[in-house]
Amino acid sequence: MAHGRMRARLKRSSLYTFGCIRPPRESIDEPHQFQGPGFSRHVCCNEPGFHRKKPLKYSSNYISTTKYNVITFLPKALFEQFRRVANLYFLLAAALSLTPVSPFSPYSMIAPLVFVIGLSMTKEAVENWHRFMQDMKVNMRKVLVHTGNGVFVRKPWMKVEVGDVVKVEKDRFFPADLLFLSSSYEDGICYVETMNLDGETNLKVKRSLEVTLPLDDDSSFQDFKATIKCEDPNPNLYTFVGNFEYDRQIYPLDTPQILLRDSKLRNTSHVYGVVIFSGHDSKVMQNATKSPSKRSTIEKQMDKIIYVLFTLLVLISLISSIGFAIKTSKQKPFWYLPRDEQRLYDPTRPFTSGWIHLITALILYGYLIPISLYVSIELVKVLQALFINQDINMYDEDTCTPAQARTSNLNEELGMVDTILSDKTGTLTCNQMDFLKCSIGGTQYGIRSSEVELAAANQMAMDLQDLSRSGTRHGSEIELEVLPGPTSGSSKNRIKGFSFEDIRLMNGNWYREPNADVVLMFLRILALCHTAIPEVNELTGGLTYEAESPDEGAFLVAAREFGFEYCKRTQSSIFVREKHPSSHEPIEREFKLLNLLDFTSKRKRMSVIIQDETGQILLLCKGADSIIFDRLSKTGRSFEEATKKHLNEYAEAGLRTLAFAYKKLEPSEYYNWNDEFLKAKTSINGDRDAMLERLSDMMERELTLVGATAVEDKLQQGVPQCIDKLAQAGLKIWVLTGDKMETAINIGFACSLLRHGMKQICITTNGDMLTHNSNMGVKENILMQITNASQMVKLEKDPHAAFALIIDGKTLTYALEDDLKLQFLNLAVDCASVICCRVSPKQKALVTRLVKEGTGKTTLAIGDGANDVGMIQEADIGVGISGVEGMQAVMASDFSIAQFRFLERLLVVHGHWCYKRIAQMICYFFYKNIAFGLTLFYFEAFTGFSGQSVYDDWYMLLFNVVLTSLPVISLGVFEQDVSSEICLQFPALYQQGPRNLFFDWYRIFGWMGNGLYCSLIVFFLNIIIFYDQAFRSDGQTADMAVVGTAMFTCVIYSVNTQIALTMSHFTWIQHFLIIFSIITWYIFLVLYGMLSPDLSGNVYKIFLEALAPAPIYWLSILLVAVACNLPYLAHISFQRSFNPMDHHVIQEIQYYKKDVEDRHMWRREKSKARQETKIGFSARVDAKIRHLRQKLHKKSSTAT
Amino acid sequence: MDDKKKNSKKPKYSQFSQQELPAWKPILTPGWVIATFITIGALFIPIGLIALAASDSVVEIVDRYDDQCVPDDYGQNPESYIQNPNVKKTCTRTLKVPKKMVAPIFVYYQLENFYQNHRRFVKSKSDKQLRDPDDEDDTHNCFPEDYTADDEPIVPCGLIAWSLFNDTYKLSSRGKAIDIDKKGIAWKSDMEAKFGSNVYPKNFQKGGLIGGAKLNEKIPLSEQEDLIVWMRTAALPKFRKLYGKINTDLDAHETITAEVENNYNTYKFGGRKKLVLSTTTWIGGKNDFLGFAYIAVGGLCLFMAINFILLYIFRPRRLGDPSYLSWNRQPIA
Repeated sequence: MAHGRMRARLKRSSLYTFGCIRPPRESIDEPHQFQGPGFSRHVCCNEPGFHRKKPLKYSSNYISTTKYNVITFLPKALFEQFRRVANLYFLLAAALSLTPVSPFSPYSMIAPLVFVIGLSMTKEAVENWHRFMQDMKVNMRKVLVHTGNGVFVRKPWMKVEVGDVVKVEKDRFFPADLLFLSSSYEDGICYVETMNLDGETNLKVKRSLEVTLPLDDDSSFQDFKATIKCEDPNPNLYTFVGNFEYDRQIYPLDTPQILLRDSKLRNTSHVYGVVIFSGHDSKVMQNATKSPSKRSTIEKQMDKIIYVLFTLLVLISLISSIGFAIKTSKQKPFWYLPRDEQRLYDPTRPFTSGWIHLITALILYGYLIPISLYVSIELVKVLQALFINQDINMYDEDTCTPAQARTSNLNEELGMVDTILSDKTGTLTCNQMDFLKCSIGGTQYGIRSSEVELAAANQMAMDLQDLSRSGTRHGSEIELEVLPGPTSGSSKNRIKGFSFEDIRLMNGNWYREPNADVVLMFLRILALCHTAIPEVNELTGGLTYEAESPDEGAFLVAAREFGFEYCKRTQSSIFVREKHPSSHEPIEREFKLLNLLDFTSKRKRMSVIIQDETGQILLLCKGADSIIFDRLSKTGRSFEEATKKHLNEYAEAGLRTLAFAYKKLEPSEYYNWNDEFLKAKTSINGDRDAMLERLSDMMERELTLVGATAVEDKLQQGVPQCIDKLAQAGLKIWVLTGDKMETAINIGFACSLLRHGMKQICITTNGDMLTHNSNMGVKENILMQITNASQMVKLEKDPHAAFALIIDGKTLTYALEDDLKLQFLNLAVDCASVICCRVSPKQKALVTRLVKEGTGKTTLAIGDGANDVGMIQEADIGVGISGVEGMQAVMASDFSIAQFRFLERLLVVHGHWCYKRIAQMICYFFYKNIAFGLTLFYFEAFTGFSGQSVYDDWYMLLFNVVLTSLPVISLGVFEQDVSSEICLQFPALYQQGPRNLFFDWYRIFGWMGNGLYCSLIVFFLNIIIFYDQAFRSDGQTADMAVVGTAMFTCVIYSVNTQIALTMSHFTWIQHFLIIFSIITWYIFLVLYGMLSPDLSGNVYKIFLEALAPAPIYWLSILLVAVACNLPYLAHISFQRSFNPMDHHVIQEIQYYKKDVEDRHMWRREKSKARQETKIGFSARVDAKIRHLRQKLHKKSSTAT
Repeated sequence: MDDKKKNSKKPKYSQFSQQELPAWKPILTPGWVIATFITIGALFIPIGLIALAASDSVVEIVDRYDDQCVPDDYGQNPESYIQNPNVKKTCTRTLKVPKKMVAPIFVYYQLENFYQNHRRFVKSKSDKQLRDPDDEDDTHNCFPEDYTADDEPIVPCGLIAWSLFNDTYKLSSRGKAIDIDKKGIAWKSDMEAKFGSNVYPKNFQKGGLIGGAKLNEKIPLSEQEDLIVWMRTAALPKFRKLYGKINTDLDAHETITAEVENNYNTYKFGGRKKLVLSTTTWIGGKNDFLGFAYIAVGGLCLFMAINFILLYIFRPRRLGDPSYLSWNRQPIA
């Protein structure tokens, strides 16, 4: 409580000069004028009862992202199932199987369909249940709700209603869109983190209406009554129009008074608010587009194949029904075939019979369409997803989250990704800043290297080692192992936000530095120039700082560590406990805060004007280096050269930099200025801002440079390495961030997406242009920038030159318009890396769509916040970062991982495997169904096209479901062309997916051709062998059941041999399932043959009595199985021998253990196995080496 | 509790869940390829030769008689001949034994262009009725041979039974009759389980249209072996069915006189009838194709093996040669 009172004394609004200015009152006193459609919402504050019935009944705060509920599940899920043409066909076939037209018994048509549909629907149900549980987690979050008489009770979010007054505590999310009434701060401001909405990490200041300020404790809501009239629910996050009617007065409402759902209250102990939009009406939910059902490229292609097969089906059905009609009409009448009862077959009406026969044929040849394909694929994908979930290498120990495949539809799509669109904050970076280095008075301090430097050094060491090896052939045999990455465990006892290490500054040693006075000034700026508030941590007694940006927090922590602990802020003073080496006890010094010129993105600097205890007035300034260097005085430039050099190094090392400067002010000079400044500040003119800016600008001149800081925007663990690997795997990476351009560029450097020497193409529109020019003018300007840049890229001769495109949100609005977007895309595709900054969630989605549709390639979007939802949903694959607080991204995603670095394994290992597995599996499915289905057709020709099947119904029923499905499922689940380590070590292997080497039409038709061949072999060899002669020494001739059974056995053997040839990875499971399939066939045959002849019909005892004792049966199996697979065997042997693919060679290297014997070769190949890339460290290192070589070359040429 | 939570979410390590199960990863090395092809070739050619030899040892006499057995005056209109009940249908054929035929010698009738596999035909029977006298009303697939005009069920019903083949053969050599044993020509399982020993033909061939043979109403279906053989529908429109067995040897160049009762109407649809006498071996009847197919596939394999050997000699590739990796090949291309 004491704590709260301390805060209450502080009017934080006075800290700001520019941000959060309450607009001059006069200009807005009038309520908004609006009426008509779009502005019909009427909220009775504190009277939720009014909103329980019409007409003011609004949607509840219960959110649901599920596809089905209990009632809609059956119809909707069934509808989904029968949207697949194949399933619809089988449904029709099953219905027709009840009529005499059908060549099969009804059960043999209906059973597989029910099985297949049932399995798919079960899967849908389970997935939907998981989604429901996740919704409930959000719906059950608790918030304090006013229940009358000033009593606040905790209720789950879903119970919150429009009109409710809620009290939200610190670090909690807002349960709905609220009207901000009052906060724990006296002046009614609060801090909000909107990372989930727009990805911006800096805190936003919200401010309540003056009139609601008194409502600042629970009891004051006892008789609070007011009404809000405002706009209808809409997705626009940055606007709000409404009026607030209170005490018979109307006040206008604007965005500063609105707290949006899913943003988080920060640095404020509590706020009160009234629910305006709840549940799906809230802006963030309005922004959420319905989660689209995504289908993978392979599945889309598979549909085409299904259509091809349907065409084939219709074609052969037509052939056979025409054949039937002709046969029936032309043939001299068969006296033993009179018409049947229903006249479906009537020799006197051949054409009617032909038509009816068409239906029979369409059902009969249905075996061409693999009914179990969809369900097998689904089953395989679920199992693959389980493996993804179970992967221990994608489990994050810190947040205890494993990877999760949330929809299993897209596993194989992971292996085909071409472009990754990544969010920045929370995805690439942890949003935690660490003070790492500084340059003071031209001297560098801080010896710890940034992650980027470390990783680059590692790579360098490896390459140099390689160079030296190749240089001296019989060089040293010492094996230098690759240094472990910068993920050492020493980080445990580090102070958060501070990774500086340099004995010269620590422990008060700065005092002994040659220019101690400069260092002192530097440290003072560090401790004084900010807007943060210190807070006593009740547990440890230490101080924590509530800073607006993590950078600022890092500075304060650093200052504390250097012995300048910022400990208190009052309205007019800042207190710093300084630990001087001369005295043991820290001295608390008071600095009077005279003015604070805060940071805006336009100014790119911030200053404080303080008066120290000696009365000296100082302006302390920190800001972007370019800005500061422009404002130095002639005498203050003594360190400029050195500092500039250091700043470049820092930027190259991927660090965020700020330059520090100061100015000593004469009191008179200051007071003159301050008079004007105060005047300006209180003026109510429209050009107040401009005046203030001019005055600040005047003040912030003639500075003296002190130094610069380098803060590491902590990348998430392993991000640079991961990006490097992904780049080597041939993936393009775009960064889309809501952050400022500078921040984004810094991160670009840190992730090696940008590097020194890369040509940066910045496409921007400056503010003036926007205000002064017409829309057309702006567009023309942008078009010009784009065409110029494209021209530049085209004219570039150096093959190693790399371009980076950086574009901001405002420009993007124009660039994404129809007439510009193609030019923009073309330019972007030519650039090695693309960074879009200050983009809104919608724009993220639009950019994603542009890439997806413009390039036609597979895109993957990865993000962690609600602002990424649009892009995650729009992309072919959406990946959410889980383990952070917001769940929206994860809920919308198809896969969730805890860390960006797991993306590498997800794509390069699981994606690669799944792609190949599914591709091979589908090809095999078509093969086996063609091989089987066509034998039915050939047989037709021998039965006068009458629609008789040579096989027993039960054989056919079991064919797809039991006898041939398990091995192919094991292929789909367990096949590995190379092990996971190899996948990771040879990123180039990944390109097999995006190039679609395993599912192109060439391959598909190859497999189909193989099926055709196989069907011909199976049918004709069997028919000729079992033609008319006796097939046993007992003299019996083969009847239809014998021929059918023998033929079917051959099919089973052939397709199972085929799958054994297709596999390259046999665990006991594959061995077992292949053998099991064949044995099951025999077991079935024996058992079926033992059933009463009422059930088994002609198959009764066929195997034991007729076939098994006949040697010719066994000989025909051997012959057919071998003959069927010979061409394939020859083909793969030839391909492997003379046109090997990468995985073949690697398999061989491993097979012969060459990787162990010739480790040098192995490592060399590993380092070469990458796509030509211009981003990532490796590219960076390459560039550096090239640069060094050029230098050397130049030197030598000048020397001669 | 935190620990518990941790443990519950962390995937358990197992070789299975991490996809690290020990696996056999065979690859097609040239050695394997050549060995496979040679093995198949070396295995198949002998099998083929043995099968050919077996097929060669089969002696088979085939005699088409449908055209020859029509008296000259009916030559233009064989149908009227076959449908005329007053014309004598007996016809005498002379068969030459090319080689010594060792008993058992099987006698077959062969029909051509007869669609026993037609869907209309195959369906037209009632398995239940054949097994059990209580199910004699189970005739739903048998139309039009299901009920007589007085609604009496026909046993056996349906088109298959109705069209039972009714030519008969009597063989004699040098004036001495050769016994044709008509027992044991059907599958044992059929006689025991599919055709009831207490089911007797009823109302069979009594309707307006007479199909084929009539059945002796005194003999249960399970002993009507001709019917049982006929009811096993053939897979192709040209088929042989067992007629009987001769249990005496026939000497080479012996002349056999076959007295054929030419009753069955194949003239209407242009079918053919043949009388076949054949011995069997372990592969059954005469079946050269099996042997040739084996030899062909085996030969193809050997040919392939030679090709691969030559290819490996002239365009060798060291296995696991990294220079074949795509990133090492690209610069050349």
